[in-house]
Amino acid sequence: MSASEYERTPGIGDSVRHPEIGERLKRLWESEPGLRGWLTTVDHKKIGLRYIVTAFAFLVIGGIEALIFRLQLSWPNRHVLTPEQYDQLFSTHGMTMIFLYALPILSGFSNYLWPLVLGARDMALPRLNALSYWIYLFSGIFLYAAFIAGFGPNDGWFNYVPYAARAFNGGPNIDFYSLGMVLFGMSTTVGAINFVVTFLRMRAPGMSINRVPMITWGTVTANAGNLFAVPSVSLAFFMLWLDRNAGTHFFDVPGGGQPLLWQHLFWMFGHPWVYAIVLPAMGMVSEALPVFCRRPLVGYTAVALATVATMVLGFGVWVHHMFATGLPPIALSFFSAASIIIVVPSAVGVFAWIATIWLGKPVFATPFLFFAGFILLFTMGGVSGYMTGSLPVDWQLTDTYFVVAHLHYVLIGINVFPVVGATYYWFPKFTGKLMDERLGRWNFWTMFLGFNLGFFPMHVSGLLGMPRRIYTYADGMGWDWLNLITTVGGFVFATGVLLFLINVVISHRRGRPAGDNPWDSPSLEWATTSPPPPYNFAVIPTVASRYPLWEDRMPRSVRESATEAGLVLDHGREAVGTGPLDAQPDIILKMPSDTIVPFVLALMLTVLFVGLVLHWWWLAVLGLLGTGAAALVWLWPRAELGETAEAKSG
Amino acid sequence: MRLPRALGGWGVAITGLAGDARASQPLNYLVSHGLQNDVTLPLTKALIAVSLTVVLIIGLLIVAAILRRPGLQPVAGARLEVGPEGGGLSWIWIGVGLSSLVLLASIAWTVAVLGQTVHPPSKPKTRIEVTAHQWWWEVRYVDENPALDFATADEIHIPAGEPVAFKLIGGDVIHSFWVPLLGGKTDLIPGLTNESWLQADTPGTYRGQCAEYCGAQHAHMAFLVVAQSPQDFRRWRDSQLQSPAAPQGEAAQGAQLFTMHCGSCHSVRGTDAGGVLGPDLSHLMQRQSLAAATLPNDPAHLSQWVSDPQAIKPGAYMQKPELTAAELAAIRAYLGTLR
Amino acid sequence: MIFVVFTEGALFAYLLFSYYYLAVQPHTPGSFPEGGPPEFTLAAPNTIILLLSSAAVAWAQFGIEHGSKWRLVWGLGAGTLLGIVFLAVQYFEWAEKKFSLPSSTYSALYFVVTGFHMAHVLLGVLMLAALTLWSALGYFNRFRYAHVHIGALYWHFVDVVWLAVFFTFYVTPHLGLSA
Repeated sequence: MSASEYERTPGIGDSVRHPEIGERLKRLWESEPGLRGWLTTVDHKKIGLRYIVTAFAFLVIGGIEALIFRLQLSWPNRHVLTPEQYDQLFSTHGMTMIFLYALPILSGFSNYLWPLVLGARDMALPRLNALSYWIYLFSGIFLYAAFIAGFGPNDGWFNYVPYAARAFNGGPNIDFYSLGMVLFGMSTTVGAINFVVTFLRMRAPGMSINRVPMITWGTVTANAGNLFAVPSVSLAFFMLWLDRNAGTHFFDVPGGGQPLLWQHLFWMFGHPWVYAIVLPAMGMVSEALPVFCRRPLVGYTAVALATVATMVLGFGVWVHHMFATGLPPIALSFFSAASIIIVVPSAVGVFAWIATIWLGKPVFATPFLFFAGFILLFTMGGVSGYMTGSLPVDWQLTDTYFVVAHLHYVLIGINVFPVVGATYYWFPKFTGKLMDERLGRWNFWTMFLGFNLGFFPMHVSGLLGMPRRIYTYADGMGWDWLNLITTVGGFVFATGVLLFLINVVISHRRGRPAGDNPWDSPSLEWATTSPPPPYNFAVIPTVASRYPLWEDRMPRSVRESATEAGLVLDHGREAVGTGPLDAQPDIILKMPSDTIVPFVLALMLTVLFVGLVLHWWWLAVLGLLGTGAAALVWLWPRAELGETAEAKSG
Repeated sequence: MRLPRALGGWGVAITGLAGDARASQPLNYLVSHGLQNDVTLPLTKALIAVSLTVVLIIGLLIVAAILRRPGLQPVAGARLEVGPEGGGLSWIWIGVGLSSLVLLASIAWTVAVLGQTVHPPSKPKTRIEVTAHQWWWEVRYVDENPALDFATADEIHIPAGEPVAFKLIGGDVIHSFWVPLLGGKTDLIPGLTNESWLQADTPGTYRGQCAEYCGAQHAHMAFLVVAQSPQDFRRWRDSQLQSPAAPQGEAAQGAQLFTMHCGSCHSVRGTDAGGVLGPDLSHLMQRQSLAAATLPNDPAHLSQWVSDPQAIKPGAYMQKPELTAAELAAIRAYLGTLR
Repeated sequence: MIFVVFTEGALFAYLLFSYYYLAVQPHTPGSFPEGGPPEFTLAAPNTIILLLSSAAVAWAQFGIEHGSKWRLVWGLGAGTLLGIVFLAVQYFEWAEKKFSLPSSTYSALYFVVTGFHMAHVLLGVLMLAALTLWSALGYFNRFRYAHVHIGALYWHFVDVVWLAVFFTFYVTPHLGLSA
């Protein structure tokens, strides 16, 4: 058995001198054309782009919702919306941005980029990758179907009980939201497992733990955190659904339940989640900003450790969302101190980025503008967070527009700005074409100025006492002009986003050809063609430093990374598994081929949830059986994946 | 002209130098008229100052870092020089070190302020139970002698210059009790009873507002705190213990209609109207506002409110009454006698 | 699978957090646990049954590592059967309860937490059944048994979770965490 297919020593090949390696791999890895190929593909690049497109679609929808209710709030006592319409709109806006946009967009980039930056052929678990996307898409459709039918969530994104209980919220709104969130949580969990396993097992030979690209640190930390955070909120929503539909008493007071249990469970999830939707974006900046500073990131190790530290601390500050609930002051002061201390790891990032610009030579391309703007917005969102961390001050600030300003600086400043910058940066990799620079500058300045015009005054209206989530307000509170400015700024910002989308469409049609490495970047994704072939790399690259493509020019660098010559793995779809720390190759992995099963499983799971929410029990049973059958087919041991005894010789 | 006033408002917001913010910016908590906020406000302002300074410094550093040498224009595919790895760590050490000092100082100050705000400076003599309902405030004054207990709604009178204890009860969903000019918020959570206290420095009217989203009319769930000199407060308190005078003429007819149509939700002390679902109206005419501080209390607004509450607070539990105009006028006349 | 175990472990941690959180709130005497601290009559033997089934699966695992296919088949088969016995006993335990899901906060916790666990046992039993079938079909040998390892890991996890559930629901009320 020693000559096993999985422990064989693969040949070393040179992809430049032997282009036929690529030809062979293409036949092995390419998805079928047409609808069938579209539904069955497990290619991380296709799945990644789907994530990105879907998440941007939700961003646009959520943005339009915001524009509508900003019209309502632009002046006192306006009647654009009824209170019920306003409540559903602001809740759906929050749900859309925080769940359906913020994490999926980052998962999309990571999905597309990870195997490329790690020098791998695909994610570790390609079928789970497809499953995670399909569940995400179906949960989004599930939630929006309710909204379109007039049953959108109406209790804000954090959905406090008892207002979310049947007694006060009789419609099916919260049932859809609860089950939709459980379904969405499954997508997140499945995706998180895939990222963590890929990080540990799929790195190119030689890419030891201190050489992994910065972008992966943010994503792996976020997803490891999600593994422990998401069960909390899924459980909370499930218990709420039982309270509403099976008469249990977890949260309702007359039956002996506790409304605060909801808040604990929600925020034990919610605060780590906030970090999960910004850390990967910060990783993108740490990855791409140095390219435009023509030098490596300052303090690689410090920034990587700070990323992990933020997430660990992030599990210990959830109570700062509950400062006004009357918990004992001793307990609260502990959480107050922790919430202030968590600023420290963020400061590491800020100073590392500034030092990188300071010590480098900036290249004024559009991505650079977005990343530099991000540092300022990050700081602004950070200091307002620091203010709300101080307990007695937060007793005033909490639940006012100051918090609304803070969370938008965090989510737009630390998520949307890096994401748009990252799109400019990696668009050439996705499409082989450059985005338009001139339009890019207009895009940046419109977004940056519009954003600050719209959201900075919210700090002031918050300090002037404007509470969150009011559908209208009286004249004479001192908030009129501030709100008008906010609304105008919101529309300017939206125009900036529109310019971005226009640029994407135009550049996709007739952008200038980019070449393989238009920005002269150091990481492995730029060592293959743009867009990359289905198999990513003809031969598996070998890595000897953090910046393989800069080795020939970087002072005092080793020059031992290889991208043209490397392991040839072409006995079917194959990848190399490496050790978690030192990234020494230890096994040849047989990768699964395209399959419809993830799509079917996600569909059946959704059927189950539709059955549950409509109380069509026969449909739920059908969905459950279908899910089980799909899982059985999925897991049936296969010789070609090396899972059965027959597979002993290759 | 409103614009200059709004700009003035910015100045007020940042400096806290209001002429009388109670009128022009009734929820502006950068102005303090209460002991809790007196203690907290310097910390709030210090944190704002630190924040603005940090943003300014970081902003300048970013601009300086970008401009300190001529930048390059992007050229697709050009191979450019690359700087060496390493270096720049002192930025992180110094930056994080300085930040940590500021953060530790903030924690120390936070804890010090907490020590002064958690408990009132002396044992409060006035005790008030506030129960929050969708979308109004039930207010009960409790005394050691239960005969001196009474109820009112949406307007809380307190003696100025001494601490007042509040027992905060969640009536239906979660609400939050907040009088920004006097102090911070505390939630009212069903199943729990929270404690809080306030002390107004001087007599005056301070606006309060529900600060936790509680449904359709969260926006219109305000109240007033009227701080009075201890003598005035005692007088007010005694007046609340009286039953209103018996109505005459049209008002007497209105009283009957009121008991019949409104009495299952509203109470008037000393009458058959004893409902507990809505606000107690015993001394309605003593109050400055109607419908949870949504409308000024004058005959025109009272008529408007009683004849069609849903036009003003859509979704509120008080329905449009099925009464003739004459009947409504009689009820309004009766309400006008509730002093 | 180890990461599935992590995230599922977190799920049960949050479930038990909810139990303890609600347990320490004030209750009218005798209402938490409803009907007084639960008896060990069925639960204690059932715990032993589940532990035995884990042992059987471990025995099967070591068997296949040494190339013993009959140990694999019989061990997995025995594990499956013991799992089914556990489920049956749990069913009787449920049927005996004088309260139902909507009775009280305690009843909700009891049925939801043990129900979550039973759902995991059921899933584990299905996995073990599939593994038994695959083993009988000769799919695995001493080099190719990753599926067995993964399924067994899940089964041991379900077992460990039961110990935490058992301790929480059956032992702590006798230690004084009751009203």
